[in-house]
Amino acid sequence: MPVLKKLLERNDSVAAHNRAHFDAHAVLALDLMSAPGAGKTALLEATIDALRGELRMAVIEGDLETENDARRIRAKGVPAVQITTGGACHLDAHMVHEALHGLSLEGVDILFIENVGNLVCPASFDLGQHRDVALLSVTEGDDKPAKYPILFRAADVVVLSKADLLPYVGDFEPARAERCLRELANAAPLVTLSARSGAGMRAWLDWLRSELSARRMRAASTRLTIQPLSAAQPPV
Amino acid sequence: MHELALCQALIAEVEVVARRHRAHGVSAVRLVLGPLSGAEPALLQSAFPLAVAGTGLEGAILSIDPAPLRVACDSCGAESEATPNRLVCTACGDWHTRILSGDELTITGVELILEQSPATQGSMEDSAASHV
Repeated sequence: MPVLKKLLERNDSVAAHNRAHFDAHAVLALDLMSAPGAGKTALLEATIDALRGELRMAVIEGDLETENDARRIRAKGVPAVQITTGGACHLDAHMVHEALHGLSLEGVDILFIENVGNLVCPASFDLGQHRDVALLSVTEGDDKPAKYPILFRAADVVVLSKADLLPYVGDFEPARAERCLRELANAAPLVTLSARSGAGMRAWLDWLRSELSARRMRAASTRLTIQPLSAAQPPV
Repeated sequence: MHELALCQALIAEVEVVARRHRAHGVSAVRLVLGPLSGAEPALLQSAFPLAVAGTGLEGAILSIDPAPLRVACDSCGAESEATPNRLVCTACGDWHTRILSGDELTITGVELILEQSPATQGSMEDSAASHV
Protein backbone atom coordinates (compact mmCIF):
# COMPACT_ATOMS: atom_id res chain seq x y z
CA MET A 1 0.00 0.00 0.00
CA PRO A 2 1.24 3.49 -0.64
CA VAL A 3 2.69 5.31 2.33
CA LEU A 4 4.43 8.66 2.41
CA LYS A 5 6.63 8.96 5.42
CA LYS A 6 10.01 10.44 6.06
CA LEU A 7 12.28 7.64 7.15
CA LEU A 8 13.69 9.74 9.98
CA GLU A 9 10.28 11.01 11.08
CA ARG A 10 10.78 9.91 14.67
CA ASN A 11 14.20 11.57 14.93
CA ASP A 12 12.83 14.69 13.29
CA SER A 13 9.91 14.93 15.70
CA VAL A 14 12.26 14.65 18.70
CA ALA A 15 14.45 17.26 17.00
CA ALA A 16 11.43 19.55 16.69
CA HIS A 17 10.75 18.98 20.39
CA ASN A 18 14.36 19.91 21.22
CA ARG A 19 14.07 23.03 19.06
CA ALA A 20 10.88 24.07 20.84
CA HIS A 21 12.74 23.63 24.13
CA PHE A 22 15.58 25.86 22.86
CA ASP A 23 13.10 28.45 21.61
CA ALA A 24 11.23 28.47 24.92
CA HIS A 25 14.50 29.41 26.61
CA ALA A 26 15.50 31.85 23.83
CA VAL A 27 18.66 29.80 23.27
CA LEU A 28 20.52 29.74 19.98
CA ALA A 29 21.50 26.10 19.36
CA LEU A 30 24.42 25.33 17.03
CA ASP A 31 25.59 21.95 15.73
CA LEU A 32 29.36 21.87 15.26
CA MET A 33 30.47 19.30 12.72
CA SER A 34 33.84 18.41 11.26
CA ALA A 35 36.31 15.61 10.75
CA PRO A 36 37.99 14.40 13.96
CA GLY A 37 40.75 16.76 15.01
CA ALA A 38 39.65 19.82 13.03
CA GLY A 39 39.61 21.84 16.23
CA LYS A 40 35.98 21.98 17.35
CA THR A 41 36.81 21.91 21.05
CA ALA A 42 39.67 24.38 20.64
CA LEU A 43 37.30 26.76 18.84
CA LEU A 44 34.81 26.42 21.70
CA GLU A 45 37.52 27.13 24.28
CA ALA A 46 38.62 30.26 22.43
CA THR A 47 34.99 31.34 21.97
CA ILE A 48 34.26 30.92 25.67
CA ASP A 49 37.32 33.02 26.56
CA ALA A 50 36.35 35.72 24.07
CA LEU A 51 32.69 35.98 25.08
CA ARG A 52 33.14 35.60 28.83
CA GLY A 53 31.05 38.23 30.57
CA GLU A 54 29.13 39.00 27.39
CA LEU A 55 27.18 35.82 26.64
CA ARG A 56 26.35 32.72 28.62
CA MET A 57 27.14 29.45 26.93
CA ALA A 58 26.56 25.75 27.46
CA VAL A 59 27.97 22.78 25.60
CA ILE A 60 26.86 19.27 24.72
CA GLU A 61 29.83 17.15 23.73
CA GLY A 62 29.53 14.05 21.54
CA ASP A 63 32.28 11.46 21.37
CA LEU A 64 32.49 7.71 21.06
CA GLU A 65 34.30 7.50 24.39
CA THR A 66 35.78 9.66 27.18
CA GLU A 67 34.69 12.77 29.08
CA ASN A 68 37.82 14.61 27.97
CA ASP A 69 36.14 17.30 25.87
CA ALA A 70 33.45 18.07 28.46
CA ARG A 71 36.23 18.37 31.06
CA ARG A 72 38.06 20.90 28.88
CA ILE A 73 34.88 22.99 28.59
CA ARG A 74 34.06 22.76 32.31
CA ALA A 75 37.59 23.88 33.10
CA LYS A 76 36.59 27.15 31.41
CA GLY A 77 33.65 27.51 33.80
CA VAL A 78 30.98 26.61 31.26
CA PRO A 79 28.44 23.82 31.90
CA ALA A 80 29.00 20.82 29.66
CA VAL A 81 27.31 17.44 29.27
CA GLN A 82 29.23 14.65 27.61
CA ILE A 83 27.37 12.15 25.45
CA THR A 84 29.42 9.03 24.86
CA THR A 85 27.84 7.25 21.92
CA GLY A 86 29.69 3.95 22.34
CA GLY A 87 29.94 2.81 18.76
CA ALA A 88 27.64 5.34 17.15
CA CYS A 89 29.27 7.62 14.63
CA HIS A 90 26.89 10.56 15.09
CA LEU A 91 24.56 12.23 17.55
CA ASP A 92 20.83 11.91 17.05
CA ALA A 93 17.92 13.92 18.41
CA HIS A 94 17.16 11.35 21.15
CA MET A 95 20.70 11.55 22.55
CA VAL A 96 20.52 15.34 22.65
CA HIS A 97 17.11 15.16 24.30
CA GLU A 98 18.56 12.92 27.01
CA ALA A 99 21.52 15.24 27.47
CA LEU A 100 19.19 18.21 27.89
CA HIS A 101 17.80 16.56 31.04
CA GLY A 102 21.22 17.05 32.59
CA LEU A 103 21.71 20.63 31.45
CA SER A 104 19.86 23.74 32.59
CA LEU A 105 19.23 26.21 29.78
CA GLU A 106 18.12 28.90 32.24
CA GLY A 107 19.89 32.12 31.28
CA VAL A 108 21.91 30.44 28.51
CA ASP A 109 22.37 32.43 25.29
CA ILE A 110 24.13 29.92 23.06
CA LEU A 111 24.17 26.13 23.25
CA PHE A 112 26.95 24.49 21.28
CA ILE A 113 26.40 20.87 20.35
CA GLU A 114 29.76 19.41 19.38
CA ASN A 115 28.96 16.46 17.18
CA VAL A 116 31.08 13.33 16.85
CA GLY A 117 34.02 14.01 14.54
CA ASN A 118 32.70 12.67 11.25
CA LEU A 119 31.87 14.34 7.93
CA VAL A 120 29.32 11.75 6.81
CA CYS A 121 26.75 10.56 9.31
CA PRO A 122 26.03 13.70 11.40
CA ALA A 123 24.64 15.37 8.27
CA SER A 124 21.67 13.00 8.22
CA PHE A 125 20.33 13.62 11.72
CA ASP A 126 18.55 16.79 12.76
CA LEU A 127 19.25 17.45 16.45
CA GLY A 128 16.97 20.45 16.80
CA GLN A 129 19.75 22.97 16.24
CA HIS A 130 19.05 26.30 14.59
CA ARG A 131 22.27 26.50 12.62
CA ASP A 132 24.92 24.13 11.28
CA VAL A 133 28.58 25.03 11.71
CA ALA A 134 31.09 23.08 9.63
CA LEU A 135 34.79 23.24 10.43
CA LEU A 136 37.48 22.49 7.89
CA SER A 137 41.04 22.69 9.16
CA VAL A 138 43.72 23.84 6.76
CA THR A 139 45.69 20.66 7.43
CA GLU A 140 42.95 18.79 5.55
CA GLY A 141 42.30 19.03 1.83
CA ASP A 142 40.75 22.22 0.49
CA ASP A 143 38.45 20.08 -1.67
CA LYS A 144 36.69 18.52 1.35
CA PRO A 145 33.38 20.28 0.54
CA ALA A 146 33.37 18.47 -2.82
CA LYS A 147 34.17 15.15 -1.14
CA TYR A 148 31.53 15.49 1.60
CA PRO A 149 28.84 17.50 -0.17
CA ILE A 150 25.91 16.53 2.01
CA LEU A 151 27.38 17.98 5.17
CA PHE A 152 28.93 21.08 3.60
CA ARG A 153 25.83 21.82 1.51
CA ALA A 154 23.82 22.26 4.70
CA ALA A 155 26.38 24.36 6.58
CA ASP A 156 25.25 27.85 7.60
CA VAL A 157 28.82 28.94 8.22
CA VAL A 158 32.09 27.23 7.29
CA VAL A 159 35.08 27.83 9.55
CA LEU A 160 38.53 27.30 8.06
CA SER A 161 40.36 26.46 11.27
CA LYS A 162 44.05 26.29 12.24
CA ALA A 163 44.73 29.16 9.84
CA ASP A 164 47.99 29.87 11.69
CA LEU A 165 49.30 26.73 9.95
CA LEU A 166 48.49 27.98 6.42
CA PRO A 167 52.07 29.11 5.68
CA TYR A 168 53.38 25.65 6.67
CA VAL A 169 50.92 23.39 4.84
CA GLY A 170 51.45 25.23 1.57
CA ASP A 171 48.88 23.51 -0.61
CA PHE A 172 45.62 24.52 1.09
CA GLU A 173 43.96 27.28 -0.92
CA PRO A 174 41.07 28.95 0.91
CA ALA A 175 39.79 30.19 -2.48
CA ARG A 176 39.54 26.59 -3.71
CA ALA A 177 37.65 25.56 -0.57
CA GLU A 178 35.25 28.42 -1.20
CA ARG A 179 34.78 27.44 -4.84
CA CYS A 180 33.94 23.87 -3.80
CA LEU A 181 31.43 25.24 -1.30
CA ARG A 182 29.73 27.51 -3.85
CA GLU A 183 29.42 24.60 -6.29
CA LEU A 184 27.19 23.03 -3.63
CA ALA A 185 24.87 26.04 -4.08
CA ASN A 186 25.81 27.16 -0.59
CA ALA A 187 26.14 30.90 0.05
CA ALA A 188 27.29 30.42 3.66
CA PRO A 189 30.02 32.75 4.90
CA LEU A 190 33.54 31.34 5.12
CA VAL A 191 35.49 32.38 8.20
CA THR A 192 39.24 31.78 8.25
CA LEU A 193 40.57 31.78 11.79
CA SER A 194 43.01 30.39 14.27
CA ALA A 195 41.67 29.54 17.69
CA ARG A 196 45.24 29.37 18.93
CA SER A 197 46.49 32.78 17.74
CA GLY A 198 43.09 34.47 17.82
CA ALA A 199 43.47 35.73 14.23
CA GLY A 200 40.12 35.88 12.45
CA MET A 201 38.13 35.17 15.63
CA ARG A 202 36.31 38.49 15.36
CA ALA A 203 34.37 37.45 12.22
CA TRP A 204 33.29 34.22 13.95
CA LEU A 205 32.21 36.06 17.10
CA ASP A 206 30.31 38.61 15.00
CA TRP A 207 28.53 35.78 13.19
CA LEU A 208 27.51 34.31 16.56
CA ARG A 209 26.25 37.69 17.79
CA SER A 210 24.25 38.38 14.64
CA GLU A 211 22.70 34.89 14.67
CA LEU A 212 21.77 35.31 18.32
CA SER A 213 20.10 38.67 17.78
CA ALA A 214 18.29 37.39 14.66
CA ARG A 215 17.04 34.41 16.68
CA ARG A 216 15.83 36.68 19.48
CA MET A 217 14.00 38.98 17.07
CA ARG A 218 12.33 35.99 15.46
CA ALA A 219 11.43 34.56 18.88
CA ALA A 220 9.95 37.89 19.97
CA SER A 221 7.82 38.25 16.84
CA THR A 222 6.67 34.63 17.03
CA ARG A 223 5.68 35.05 20.66
CA LEU A 224 3.65 38.14 19.79
CA THR A 225 1.77 36.37 17.04
CA ILE A 226 1.14 32.97 18.62
CA GLN A 227 0.46 33.98 22.20
CA PRO A 228 -3.31 34.50 21.84
CA LEU A 229 -3.73 31.07 20.23
CA SER A 230 -1.61 29.16 22.71
CA ALA A 231 -2.89 30.98 25.80
CA ALA A 232 -4.95 27.93 26.75
CA GLN A 233 -1.94 25.62 26.64
CA PRO A 234 0.37 25.14 29.60
CA PRO A 235 3.78 26.77 29.20
CA VAL A 236 6.46 24.56 27.65
CA MET B 1 28.19 4.02 8.58
CA HIS B 2 24.81 5.09 9.89
CA GLU B 3 22.78 2.82 7.62
CA LEU B 4 22.01 0.51 10.54
CA ALA B 5 20.54 3.48 12.43
CA LEU B 6 18.51 4.35 9.33
CA CYS B 7 17.23 0.77 9.14
CA GLN B 8 16.18 0.94 12.78
CA ALA B 9 14.30 4.17 12.07
CA LEU B 10 12.71 2.50 9.05
CA ILE B 11 11.59 -0.47 11.16
CA ALA B 12 10.04 1.84 13.76
CA GLU B 13 8.05 3.74 11.11
CA VAL B 14 6.87 0.63 9.27
CA GLU B 15 5.88 -1.12 12.50
CA VAL B 16 3.57 1.81 13.27
CA VAL B 17 1.83 1.31 9.91
CA ALA B 18 1.69 -2.47 10.42
CA ARG B 19 0.19 -2.14 13.90
CA ARG B 20 -2.40 0.33 12.69
CA HIS B 21 -3.59 -2.25 10.16
CA ARG B 22 -3.25 -5.16 12.59
CA ALA B 23 -0.91 -6.80 10.10
CA HIS B 24 0.73 -10.12 10.93
CA GLY B 25 3.88 -9.19 9.14
CA VAL B 26 5.47 -7.08 6.45
CA SER B 27 6.49 -8.63 3.14
CA ALA B 28 7.99 -5.62 1.36
CA VAL B 29 9.08 -2.04 1.92
CA ARG B 30 9.68 0.53 -0.79
CA LEU B 31 11.89 3.59 -0.37
CA VAL B 32 12.76 6.58 -2.50
CA LEU B 33 16.33 7.66 -1.98
CA GLY B 34 18.00 10.74 -3.41
CA PRO B 35 21.76 11.08 -3.95
CA LEU B 36 21.78 13.88 -1.32
CA SER B 37 19.89 11.86 1.30
CA GLY B 38 23.10 10.77 2.98
CA ALA B 39 22.11 7.11 2.70
CA GLU B 40 23.91 4.67 0.46
CA PRO B 41 21.50 2.24 -1.26
CA ALA B 42 23.94 -0.69 -1.28
CA LEU B 43 24.78 -0.24 2.41
CA LEU B 44 21.10 0.07 3.31
CA GLN B 45 20.40 -3.15 1.40
CA SER B 46 23.12 -5.03 3.26
CA ALA B 47 22.17 -3.63 6.67
CA PHE B 48 18.45 -4.29 6.19
CA PRO B 49 18.33 -8.10 6.72
CA LEU B 50 20.46 -7.76 9.87
CA ALA B 51 18.34 -4.95 11.25
CA VAL B 52 14.97 -6.62 10.63
CA ALA B 53 15.89 -9.97 12.19
CA GLY B 54 13.52 -10.61 15.07
CA THR B 55 11.24 -7.68 14.19
CA GLY B 56 7.85 -7.56 12.46
CA LEU B 57 9.72 -6.91 9.22
CA GLU B 58 11.72 -10.14 9.27
CA GLY B 59 11.81 -11.61 5.77
CA ALA B 60 10.61 -8.42 4.11
CA ILE B 61 12.07 -7.36 0.79
CA LEU B 62 13.51 -3.86 0.56
CA SER B 63 13.29 -2.11 -2.77
CA ILE B 64 14.91 1.27 -3.32
CA ASP B 65 13.90 3.67 -6.06
CA PRO B 66 16.61 6.23 -6.81
CA ALA B 67 15.41 9.83 -7.08
CA PRO B 68 17.00 12.04 -9.72
CA LEU B 69 19.09 15.00 -8.60
CA ARG B 70 17.61 18.13 -10.14
CA VAL B 71 18.11 21.81 -9.43
CA ALA B 72 16.31 25.00 -10.44
CA CYS B 73 18.40 28.09 -11.15
CA ASP B 74 17.53 31.28 -9.27
CA SER B 75 19.29 33.37 -11.91
CA CYS B 76 17.97 32.07 -15.24
CA GLY B 77 15.12 29.85 -14.10
CA ALA B 78 16.36 26.76 -15.95
CA GLU B 79 15.98 23.31 -14.45
CA SER B 80 18.86 20.91 -14.84
CA GLU B 81 20.36 17.62 -13.73
CA ALA B 82 23.14 17.92 -11.17
CA THR B 83 25.64 15.78 -9.32
CA PRO B 84 26.00 15.77 -5.51
CA ASN B 85 29.11 17.94 -5.48
CA ARG B 86 28.19 20.16 -8.41
CA LEU B 87 24.77 21.69 -7.91
CA VAL B 88 25.33 24.46 -10.43
CA CYS B 89 22.98 25.37 -13.26
CA THR B 90 24.08 23.63 -16.46
CA ALA B 91 22.36 26.31 -18.56
CA CYS B 92 24.08 29.44 -17.23
CA GLY B 93 26.68 28.10 -14.80
CA ASP B 94 25.38 30.02 -11.77
CA TRP B 95 25.56 28.28 -8.39
CA HIS B 96 22.51 30.05 -6.95
CA THR B 97 20.23 27.05 -7.32
CA ARG B 98 17.57 25.24 -5.33
CA ILE B 99 17.18 21.46 -5.05
CA LEU B 100 14.04 20.22 -6.82
CA SER B 101 14.61 16.57 -6.04
CA GLY B 102 17.47 14.42 -4.80
CA ASP B 103 17.42 14.74 -1.02
CA GLU B 104 14.55 12.31 -0.44
CA LEU B 105 14.74 9.64 2.24
CA THR B 106 11.14 8.55 2.13
CA ILE B 107 9.09 5.43 2.69
CA THR B 108 6.69 5.25 -0.24
CA GLY B 109 5.08 1.85 0.19
CA VAL B 110 4.70 -1.20 2.38
CA GLU B 111 3.18 -4.60 1.69
CA LEU B 112 1.49 -5.96 4.76
CA ILE B 113 0.58 -9.55 5.55
CA LEU B 114 -2.98 -9.12 6.74
CA GLU B 115 -4.06 -12.79 6.87
CA GLN B 116 -2.30 -15.43 8.92
CA SER B 117 -1.41 -17.06 5.58
CA PRO B 118 -0.86 -16.81 2.70
CA ALA B 119 0.85 -13.44 2.29
CA THR B 120 -1.52 -10.87 0.86
CA GLN B 121 -1.06 -7.37 -0.29
CA GLY B 122 -2.89 -4.47 1.34
CA SER B 123 -6.15 -3.90 -0.55
CA MET B 124 -7.01 -0.67 -2.29
CA GLU B 125 -9.59 0.15 0.40
CA ASP B 126 -6.88 -0.24 3.01
CA SER B 127 -4.47 2.00 1.17
CA ALA B 128 -7.09 4.66 0.58
CA ALA B 129 -7.88 4.71 4.26
CA SER B 130 -4.31 4.65 5.43
CA HIS B 131 -2.49 7.40 3.60
CA VAL B 132 -0.09 8.78 6.12
